[in-house]
Formats: sequence, C-alpha cells, structure tokens
Amino acid sequence: MATSTTIKALPWSKGNVENALLSVRDVHIEYWAERGQVKATRGVDFDIFPGESLSLIGESGCGKTTLGLGLIRLLVKTADITQGQVIYRQAGVAQDILTLGAEEMRQFRWQDCAMVFQAAQSAFNPVLRIRDQMYETVKAHRATTRAEVEQVGSQLLTRVQLDPARVLNCYPHELSGGMRQRTLIAMALLLNPPLIILDEPTTALDILTQRTIIDLLRALQSDMHFAMMFISHDLSLAAELADHVATMYAGRIVEFGTVNQIFYEPRHPYTLGLIKAVPTVTGGFEDLTSIAGTPPDLIDLPSGCKFHIRCPFATERCKEEEPDLAHIGPEHAVACFHWQEVEKQADRSWDSIQTARGEEE
Amino acid sequence: MSTDTMGSTPLIQARNLGRSFGSRRNKIWAVDDVSFQVSRGEILCLVGESGCGKTTTGKVIAGLYKPSSGEVLFEGRNIWEMEKKEFKRYRTAVQLIHQDPYASLNPMQTIYDIITAPLFRHNLVSSRAHAWQRCIELFHIVGLTPPEDLLRKHPHELSGGQRQRVSVARALTVNPSFIVADEAVSMVDVSIRVSLLTMLGRLRDEFGVTFLFITHDLALAKYFAWEGRIAVMYVGNISEVADSPRLVNDALHPYTQALLSAVPEADPKLTRGKERIPLRSQDIPSLLDLPTGCHFHPRCPRFVEGLCDVERPVLVDTGDGRQVACHLVARERGLG
Repeated sequence: MATSTTIKALPWSKGNVENALLSVRDVHIEYWAERGQVKATRGVDFDIFPGESLSLIGESGCGKTTLGLGLIRLLVKTADITQGQVIYRQAGVAQDILTLGAEEMRQFRWQDCAMVFQAAQSAFNPVLRIRDQMYETVKAHRATTRAEVEQVGSQLLTRVQLDPARVLNCYPHELSGGMRQRTLIAMALLLNPPLIILDEPTTALDILTQRTIIDLLRALQSDMHFAMMFISHDLSLAAELADHVATMYAGRIVEFGTVNQIFYEPRHPYTLGLIKAVPTVTGGFEDLTSIAGTPPDLIDLPSGCKFHIRCPFATERCKEEEPDLAHIGPEHAVACFHWQEVEKQADRSWDSIQTARGEEE
Repeated sequence: MSTDTMGSTPLIQARNLGRSFGSRRNKIWAVDDVSFQVSRGEILCLVGESGCGKTTTGKVIAGLYKPSSGEVLFEGRNIWEMEKKEFKRYRTAVQLIHQDPYASLNPMQTIYDIITAPLFRHNLVSSRAHAWQRCIELFHIVGLTPPEDLLRKHPHELSGGQRQRVSVARALTVNPSFIVADEAVSMVDVSIRVSLLTMLGRLRDEFGVTFLFITHDLALAKYFAWEGRIAVMYVGNISEVADSPRLVNDALHPYTQALLSAVPEADPKLTRGKERIPLRSQDIPSLLDLPTGCHFHPRCPRFVEGLCDVERPVLVDTGDGRQVACHLVARERGLG
C-alpha cells in the first residue's frame, strides 16, 4: 500500500509505538447537520497496546461514540473522517485502516476488531437463531463448517456462563438483556480478534448483571489477551477495567493517564470536576459538586480551550488559545495551561475553588 | 387544611399495596404486598433493579394507578375513598417528576405555556402578568436563568438538565407537599446531576417538600437520602428498609448485601478490592413464574432448604429502626 504508516510517537505512551496494536493520530470527524458542520472529533491521538484496556470517558456529545465508530468506519453517511491516520499493526504488518478498500475493511471488522454495541438487541439479525448468526459470521471471514462453528460457539457461550444447548437455538428476542449482552460478547470473540471496542457495554443493565459482565470481560481478557477499548459515560466501568483512561471533552482528549492517575491525580480541571461529581456507595457522605454550565455545542464551539466557560481555573489565555495535549509525567498527558495549579488545588472542593476564583476577579 | 391537627400521622402510608397487570389467565403482580410510610419533610428512596416494581409503586402512590389490593393513605385518609374535591386536592398535593425530560414536555408548546397551564387550570393566578411573575419566581427556585429568555423557548431549545428543571418548576406550580421523583436525574449528564439533586434537596429544606425518590442507582440514593431512609425492592416486594448510612455500610438482607458487593464504583482501588458475594444463580425470576417462598431464594447465598423456599418472609422491625424481610436475619435476631 502506498500510503504512509510512519507516525510520530506520543511521549506519554507506555511503550515503543512500533509495538502498539492501534495508533490513532490526529483523527478529525465531522457531521453535516441542518444547522451546520458538527465537529465531533478534532484531532485525537492515542495508542492501544496488545492486551491492554483503554477507557474513553466523557459526557454525552463529547465525540466518544463517533470516535469508536470511526475507528471501524461504521459512521453514518453524513459523517466524514476528514483527516488523520489509524494505524493497525498485526504480525509485523502496519496498515492505515482509513485507506483500506471495502473488502479489506469488511475482513478487518470482526476478524481484527470486533465491536460490542450498547443496544445488544439491534446488533443481532432478529430472524436468525444464535447458531445461524454465529455460522454466518465465521463463514463471512473464512471457510468453515457448521460443526466447527458450533463447537467454538458452545465453548464461548459456556465461557460467558450461558447454556449453549439452550442459547444456540434461541432467537435474539428470546434472550434477556443480560443474556443478549453476554451472547454478543461470545460472538465478538468468535474469530479471536486482537481488539474489541465496547460502547457502553453495561449501560442499561442491572447491577448484578453489570457485575457479571465486568467480571467476565476481565477473565476473558486475561485468558485470550485481546485489547479492549471502552466507551462509557460511567466512570465506575473505567475504574473497574481500565489500564489507561482518556478523558474526552468537545471532541478532543483533554487528559490521558493510567487509571490511578486519572482517579487519584487528575490534572485537567474537567477530569477533576467529573471525579468530584460522582458519588460512591461505600463509606460516608461525600461533598460532591457539579460543574457549572453545560457541555458545548459542537456546531458552535467556543474560542480557545473549549472548557474555559465552565472552568474555575480559566484565565485570559484560555479564552484565546487551545492547549495541546502535553506530556507532564510518566504515561500522563494533559491539555491544560494550568495543570500545576490544578495539582495544588486538587484536594479542595470544587465549590471552594469556584468561589476563590470568583473573589480574585 | 388540617396540617397541624394531623400530629404524628405520616404524610403518606402504603398499606399492603398490590398492583397487578394482565388478564385473568396471564396475570402478573408488579407490586405485591408493599407497605411503608413517609413522614412530612422526609426523603424515602426506593431502589431496585429494573422490573422490581419501583416505578409502579411510585405511580400507585401518586394516584395514577389504582391499587389492585391494599390502600394508599394521605394524611391518614384512603385516597380512593376520598370525595371528588378532596381527591383533586390530593392530586395537586402530590406531583410526579418523570425520568425522561425529552418525553415529558409537550414539544409544541413554549416553556411559558407548559408552566402556566396548571396555574390557570387551578386558578392559582389572576392574570397573565401574574402568571409571568409566578413563572419567574419558580425559575428562580429551580435555578433556571435567565427566566425571561427561557420562557419564550420551546423544549427542544433546552438542554436535558434545563428540561428537567422545567419539569420540576411545573410540578411546583401547584405547591405540592409531596414529590415522587422517578429516576429524575438518570438521563442527565454526570457533571450536572449533583446540582439537580442539590436543587431538589433545597425544596425539602426550604419548603418542607417530602420526597419519594425512585432510582436504580444506589450511590445516588445514598447521596440524596443521606439524612433519610432507603427501601430496597426485589421483584415486587420490599426486602429491607433502613436509614441510608446503615443501609449502605451495614446491610442486613442478603440481597442488599449482594447488590452492595456487586455495584461498580468510581474509585479503582475501592471497586477492585471489594469482597464479592457469589450468587447461586444469575437469572432474575420472571414475574409470570415467581419462586415459592422468598423470591430471592433461588439466587440467595444463604438459602436454607425447607425454610426459604416454603414460606414467604414478611417485613419485620429489627428493633433498631430498620426493617427486613428475611427468615435468617429474623432468626438470628430473635424476631417474630
């Protein structure tokens, strides 16, 4: 292939970029809407290494689902990847996913990268039994027999704690929400892909079912060594399963770090605000606060740093200039001019930070 | 109104409430023998997983569903035995806030129309100028600014958080003493949930509004009802009621304990270090084919054969201000 697969290394990545499974560089995705152009992602950079889990966190409309769909090129027709590279490395070969032809792309999906969607119901063909869905899926990628698929499928269904004898004969509507999500995970693993993208895999499931899915994913990953990219608005899923976490805001990654850095040493004011907005069940009463204002309109973005309107640390500079993601420590990067100030104030409550800022001005 | 003479009568009482759906042959009981009470100015949280009957309970309490059995008492009076006028007073005193602020506001109306409809309907304002002024007061209470601009808009021009505040403002038009909030903040972005809860909490502190707060999210229940109580529901029954600090840190019922050990938390060290309580089964029972005895027995890690699968446990007082429906806890504590 003629296109370039050489890319710049990210200083905060945990290893040599040549060893990364997936390297995303400067990806811009835009939608055309009636009101104008929606800038869903505006230059996203990250690496995923084999066997690791990365969690993208952020609120609705931050561009995380668009990014996930963009990586496997399943965006709606009104969306366009206008710029960027998505380099996938497997068996010593690097290729840019964004330059693949339709047939290569079809092979890439599921064989190299499976996706578990939020609405498990719509991920199935409603008129096919699970055994036929599985057979069709494998047959689309390589020569196979029904007996072989059923054997692999049964093993995987057993692995996700379902009874293959029953589930294989079921139509999707005959399964409960949690069973469907587990069946979908088994389907995603059919071709043993090195990468799985999961979009809100536990949202809308009951607590006990969520727990089952989380524990299953953890166990399956440690056995099968696939890498996972989670997309979730739920911080607890990241806390459970992620090795690295990327916080997204208005279409960009504003902070990237290990799970402990993001939860215990956040350096972007938005990450700090999110962490301080979510209660835990265990323990005493916590003083929580909301971030003032609402997420920005992706059609009409503010100038400078997109968070400055809601940010208690913002200065004049933030209104004019948008900070880039910069390396601030081992495996830790943040896009904020004032991250050192955030570090100093991190233990104070969000309200007292906001009040203090108000008094200065 | 006889607010002062009621003395210690709870504002709301549910007595052996049941609500069934379906035909005679295919009948399910979404709520089955549920009893609780809420005192004036108190917050009671109803938590449970989907299908446990918490929303149905809320609707029965709000008077939107007639109970199939049992009764709802408002200030000690059965609401379904009230005269028309009194029942109407009840329906204004109790307001429901729905989960989905995208579905609960009429898209064809302006925010002004939405807020003022109940004001005019119940003759609470004398003129359009008065109505406008009342809207501005209400928007101030629910933290919607600037009110003048927002009142002229349509729902689609507002964010989810703003819409939910409009729903609350609409509920407040009729000066309710009791609000049933059904997953009222679940569809709102994480970063602004807390400000909505703070606003609801202020309604209690400043106006003495009583709350039945229905949610599937234990952490939210704990945060909102820290000074109140939490009732846990499982397939149509209440399994445990306690003050929030003890419910989340010292639960008695095996189901509550399982939930607490399973709930993922936004703190990596805490959530990864939690002790797990393994359940005997992953399957949530079907309402069409409920287990005998205690509904939780097929999944319960403490199941005792011949006891839990035979007799249905009743909610009993533990003597320290809590209630629990479990044979084993009752036996250990020497209760009824």
